[in-house]
Parts: sequence; C-alpha cells; structure tokens
Amino acid sequence: MAQHQVNYGSTAGLPIALTTVDKLVNWGRSNSLWPLTYGLACCAIEMMASGASRFDFDRFGTIFRASPRQADVMILAGTLSKKHAEFTRRLYDQMAEPKWVISMGSCANTGGMFNTYATVQGVDRIVPVDIYLPGCAPRPETLQYAMMMLQKKIRRESANMNKNIKQRLV
Amino acid sequence: MRKYTPKDSVQAKSYYTDRFWVAPQMPKFEVEAGSQFSKIVTALKKYSKESYTQLGQLIIHINKPTDNIAVLTILKEKFGYTMCSELSAVDYLAKRGEFEIFYQMLNVTEALRVRVVCQLALGSAIESIVPLFKMANFAEREMYDMFGIYINNHPYLKRILMPDDWVGHPLLKTYPLQGDEAASWYEVDKIFGKENRDAIGPENRDPANVDRYDTKRFSRVGYEVPFGADISGGEVAQPIEYSKTVMVDYQKEQKELKKRR
Repeated sequence: MAQHQVNYGSTAGLPIALTTVDKLVNWGRSNSLWPLTYGLACCAIEMMASGASRFDFDRFGTIFRASPRQADVMILAGTLSKKHAEFTRRLYDQMAEPKWVISMGSCANTGGMFNTYATVQGVDRIVPVDIYLPGCAPRPETLQYAMMMLQKKIRRESANMNKNIKQRLV
Repeated sequence: MRKYTPKDSVQAKSYYTDRFWVAPQMPKFEVEAGSQFSKIVTALKKYSKESYTQLGQLIIHINKPTDNIAVLTILKEKFGYTMCSELSAVDYLAKRGEFEIFYQMLNVTEALRVRVVCQLALGSAIESIVPLFKMANFAEREMYDMFGIYINNHPYLKRILMPDDWVGHPLLKTYPLQGDEAASWYEVDKIFGKENRDAIGPENRDPANVDRYDTKRFSRVGYEVPFGADISGGEVAQPIEYSKTVMVDYQKEQKELKKRR
C-alpha cells in the first residue's frame, strides 16, 4: 500500500492512503479469515490449540465460526471417511464465495496411514484444496504458518470473485 | 517364531506376504469338577458338543445356532450371567464354509466369564438375542454390517458403521483391504455422479507420489509457474521406480572378503 507522509497538523489534514481496489479488498479478506470449526480427528486437537490463548489465532483476525454460512476457510483437520465425504462437500457448498480450503495433516492430504477401504484418499478428491499442510499431526505453529501462506495467496489474487471461482470440478 | 521374509520391497508392496499369520492357540483345560463351570456344563449338556476352559473362561460350543436363545436364557436366569459383554462373528468361510458366532457372557457378582460359540452356515440367519440383552441391538447390527449375517426378529436391522448404500461387507476375509470397485468410487459417485469418474480419476494409493509435471495440484516452491502450465518441455512422464536394495547389496560378490579368506 502506498504510504504518504501526512501532516495531521496542517489544514484539512485527512490521513490519505492510496491503493487499488484489489489490494484493499484482499487486505480485508486476508486479515479476517474465518474458518469453519471442522475437526474430523486428532488434528482437530491441534486446531483447537491454535485457536486457544497460547497460540492465539485471533492475532491474525482468525475466528472460528460454527456455521458454514459465516465461514471463509474450511480447515479439514483429520481423517475423512467415505461415509462423511458427502457431508463435507455439502458444508463446502454451503459456504459463501470467496472460500478457501486448508487440508490439514497427512490423512486429509493423502489418506495418510489409513490406506483402507473406508477412508477418502486425499480430500482433493471432493473439494478444491488451496493449502496442503503436512504433518501428523501438524503443530499449531504449522497451522499458523499455513494460515499465513493462505493470506499471502489471497493477497496475490484478484479481488474479482468471478475470476477466482474454480472452473474445474474439484 | 514368525517366518522371516525379506522386506526390501515393502515400499513397492503395501504389506508383507504373511498377512494372515495365525497366532498359536492358548492351552485348553478340562472343566474343573465341582466348580460353577461344571454345573453349567451339566445343565447345558443337551445343547453343547464341546466345553473346556481357556484363560480361566468357560467356552461352550453348542450344536445348533437355533439354540442360542435357550442357552443364553439358562445362563442368565440360573447362573447369574446377567451381562453380555460382546457378541460377534468370525469368518471361517474359506476353511469350513461357515461363520463362528460367539457370545461373551459375564457374571458380575462372581467375576466369571463364559463364551458361547456356535457355527452358522453361509446364507442362514440367526435369532436375535435383543429380548434377553439390550446391548445386542447395536452388536447384531454391527455383525450384519460387517459380515452380512441376517438377524431374525431384530428390532432395527440396519447398517451401523458403513453407509446404507455401501456394497459389500468389509470384515469378510474375501473383502479387499483397500476396497473393491464400488468402494474406491463411493464418494465420487455419491457427490459428483458416476459420469464424472473420469474428471476425478482413480484413487492414488501411493502416499509418496509426486507428479512433478502436474502444475494444477503441486506447487513448485521457488519456481512458481501459472496454474495448469505445461512444464514438461517435451519430456515423457516416467513411472516411479523403486530401488531393489536399500543400502547394501548383500547378494553382490564381495571381492575384499574373498581375498582375505
């Protein structure tokens, strides 16, 4: 953002900052990322720790919401079973655009150690994933880093929502 | 001891070859005369074909699976086995063409356990014991879900763990661990429909798989390219090769050692 020296003491000294609409909108979006409380397995414990006072997600403007209608980010924290996959997709569809997905932990990324019949082998089979976060389970710092990377990604995007909507199926 | 199998190729194969290793059986003892167990054995003589103790528990094999209610009623009302702690089935279809169904009973006042075992032929149903023990409701549903065994007169016989439209019964020995055709496409069929299978693609069961030319799913950190850009540069993608040996090739002739000998 272009910063200008403003003399507040001078006549009609309104603070002025010049920027583009893209940057302004993305500044707002990236600094108030509201994730959905969506813990699926043990990664959810780390996600809860990230939200709690010690690691304090609130510093990033990140507040967990219990409704997909109010959320921007879906943190898929844990093993996704095939039985549950349709509900995950439904929750994703219920989130308002623009929306992003963080796949947290090995199980969500690839199925992890659950190389079985009942586990979805990577959540990117059902929802488009923006950030793949490795680890079993990732520590809260790692989730913070993923959130910061997502902020970086959002700041790089165009604010025009029509451009951002994913054209592919997943 | 377990037979040693070379594990050089475990990366290439998902499991060792001796997956279905059978554990040695615990020793079986005759029922002690005069004990409560021997009274049970005499009371159930009409129904049982074999009884012994194992790990301090009485195990009774009964002749017919239709006798299960009668046997469990006697245990519950005459001998104080008021709790059924577990019931399930074991798949012996390949060996004997039948399931083994067991009821694990517990006498809470005397801390004694009895296991009632019966054989159920493939395709026949077993009577529900829900009128005797309420816990059997979920346990029998699980048995139906996992083995496909039908339960007569069950109040609510419905799959309990797998989804209702799931194909197959996963705890059967014939069910593949990584799922059959229906299982591998289950979530895709359910969410996007069968016609979109090609768009999603088959499951990737190799967790170490990285497709370096796929710029849609893999980001090249430090060498970022536009989404979906072709970076192969005319190269043809090679399938992943796994090395045969990890560190040292013990099969190779060792010149130095030979010389010293």
